Amino acid sequence: MRGRSKTAALAAALFSFVGPASAADYAPVTDARLQDPEPHNWLMYRGNYGGWGYSPLARITAANVSGLQLAWSYSTGQVEGHQSPPIVNNGVMFVTTPGAQVIALDAKTGSELWRYKKELPAELQQLHPTNRGVALYGDKVYVATVDCHLVALDAKTGKVVWDKAPADWKSIHYMTLAPLAAKGKIMVGSSGGETGVRGFVAAFDAETGNEVWRTWTIAAPGEPGGNTWPGESYKNGGGSIWITGTYDPATNLAFWGTGNPAPWPTEGRKGDNLYTTSTIALDVDSGKLKGYHQYTPNDAWDWDEVSAPVLIDATVNGKLSKLAVHAARDGYLWVLERTSDKINFVNAWPYVYNDVFTGIDKSTGRPSYDPSKVPGAGRAVKFCPSLWGGKDWPPEAYNPKTGLFYVPANNNLCAELPAADKPTPYKAGDLYIGYPIEGVLGSLRFKDNTKPDSIGELQAWDVTTGKLRWAHKFPTFQWAPLLTTGGNLVFAGGTNDRMFRAFDAETGNALWQTPMPSGVTGVPSSFEVDGEQYVAVLAGWGVDAQRMQDGFNSLGAKTIVPQGGVVMVYKLAKS
Amino acid sequence: MSWPPARSDEVVSGALLESHSRRSVLYLAVAGVAGLLPLQGAQAEEPTLPKVSDLLARDGSEGKPIALKASDLEPGKPVLAFPFELDANKMRDGSRLNKVVLLRFDEVSLDDDETKARTAGGVLAFSAVCTHQACDVKTWLAAEKALVCFCHSSKFLPLEGARVIAGPAPRALPFLPLKLDGEVLVVAGTFSTPPGPQKA
Repeated sequence: MRGRSKTAALAAALFSFVGPASAADYAPVTDARLQDPEPHNWLMYRGNYGGWGYSPLARITAANVSGLQLAWSYSTGQVEGHQSPPIVNNGVMFVTTPGAQVIALDAKTGSELWRYKKELPAELQQLHPTNRGVALYGDKVYVATVDCHLVALDAKTGKVVWDKAPADWKSIHYMTLAPLAAKGKIMVGSSGGETGVRGFVAAFDAETGNEVWRTWTIAAPGEPGGNTWPGESYKNGGGSIWITGTYDPATNLAFWGTGNPAPWPTEGRKGDNLYTTSTIALDVDSGKLKGYHQYTPNDAWDWDEVSAPVLIDATVNGKLSKLAVHAARDGYLWVLERTSDKINFVNAWPYVYNDVFTGIDKSTGRPSYDPSKVPGAGRAVKFCPSLWGGKDWPPEAYNPKTGLFYVPANNNLCAELPAADKPTPYKAGDLYIGYPIEGVLGSLRFKDNTKPDSIGELQAWDVTTGKLRWAHKFPTFQWAPLLTTGGNLVFAGGTNDRMFRAFDAETGNALWQTPMPSGVTGVPSSFEVDGEQYVAVLAGWGVDAQRMQDGFNSLGAKTIVPQGGVVMVYKLAKS
Repeated sequence: MSWPPARSDEVVSGALLESHSRRSVLYLAVAGVAGLLPLQGAQAEEPTLPKVSDLLARDGSEGKPIALKASDLEPGKPVLAFPFELDANKMRDGSRLNKVVLLRFDEVSLDDDETKARTAGGVLAFSAVCTHQACDVKTWLAAEKALVCFCHSSKFLPLEGARVIAGPAPRALPFLPLKLDGEVLVVAGTFSTPPGPQKA
């Protein structure tokens, strides 16, 4: 204190209390920043528009990661599945939680800046009580809620700027995804593949909230693809959207994954059922459909393909190609080519055991099905992979330094569905599945009906050659969104032992792990403040990871995973 | 306003207070005071919870409600219903929170005096809104004598006050006491506890 005036000292003390030291003003998030995000920030769901889940930061490395320690933690006050990535813009962190909360925190210290909580209707049915994060654009923060609202908040204060309802919660439309922000528009879709919605992607003006366009994922008669639905079945055809799309600014196309067709048994909806279980490319200005690839025509297995494809430019067969890569529910790893008006099939191979496909057409990628593995009316059917597939929504990651594509897979799991119910008409506000509920809840089976040695597999693929570089296997399942970094690391949680782990990105060696207060199904992120790198993730188990655990509990020894959300932020000790 | 704010309390407290006071109106009223109360904000069409002397009609039925009799139910087959006032042309179905699930048991399986006191003609009535995340509870597992919720597999034992035996539901399903008027099922009181999940 010697040599400094009292005023200056007081100001310094106040300034450091008020923090964050690096930002006196909130930095507006522009298209230019979103297209080329600063390495020290995590501005969107997967870190960049390509969906890589990659942080270029390299202060934390494979060599020093074992020295990671907790920098700060923060209870969210909620139970159930916490899935959102900590989004960071110049030292300001935003997380979302179950119960329709957005919390703004000082990313360095964890002190709360503001909190928004939407009041939800008391009679709201929540099949998936979770949220997968905010979108940032301009001076606002955008959140989609489980009662199907899209809310724009002032990023500095958390006050509501506008609030729109893209669809009706009473007919069980809901939203859990992080919105996609691009070119002045905020884009969202609705869940409800089990409640007979007609899926859509809708774009809203970022400033005013006015709806700019809406594109249905289910084609009606007379529309392109409309001849793939008989009669009126398209009206409740499903094709839900519940994961953020990836985006290619060069072609201005957003790539969205669509969910299963409704109801689950196929007898009443013969045809390919476009554009369910597909990747669709929509022009961001107009919403026009500019291309698609359907993974599982006339799906019978609830294999939603909502996880958006990861956009990678890589050399395949000597040619530099613009790819879209997707580790599908159906258990196949799909390599597609994206152009300005088509999505072309390049290659596909199984990454987990699949006994439904008898083959893939070499030029179109269309699978052929073993008829004895198609569930429906008349008889029970066992098929692999399970309803949750080789990988459910938890995102893959791509590391440009290793060139590897990381997949959080679950292998050796199957499902057995009973004979379908007699068809009943769609009723708003009710389930529209078509199988006895007890049969769906109790459907999980092991391959060969014996507990396998390993189930979860963290896999590293060279997608240009189709070769598996390494796989780290777990005795339990993993429900693990991935993060990979420039420090040669892959971070993943997702196991029922509550561990959060770091692996060598080149070799797959396990380098570090720490037990969390609850199991981790949150999307991890990494950011830097004042020259220190942090790795952040939400702990908080629930939703389908718990449903899968219930399935396992009925097959053998029970595992209890506690619930309770906490923001967990790690860094290295200061040297 | 300068950025960032010095404290988060100012921004948060207003919204929290508002939401707490609205919810406490609902629960105070349910706790014992029969009569008119707003079920939820501006959206409610039907302002009242079930009350004494209401009859019950099948969920989804159209036109003038038809009162359910004990003999309309088969053991092991839950029926969803809404209450309605005698001579009314409409059920009290403006809010899902009024939905009830009816189960019929043979008299011999009702060996608990407390349970017996709530039944009419072997029929028990519970709130059909799961106390976890408000999904419909309408599936009967005969082997376990339990109602199961399809959303997250909470299980409730109707013969033991619908207490929770599995899953994340934090509390038993509220029951609705019934009596008989001849053959017809009649509501004998309001819900024993507030229906639905209790957190925001």
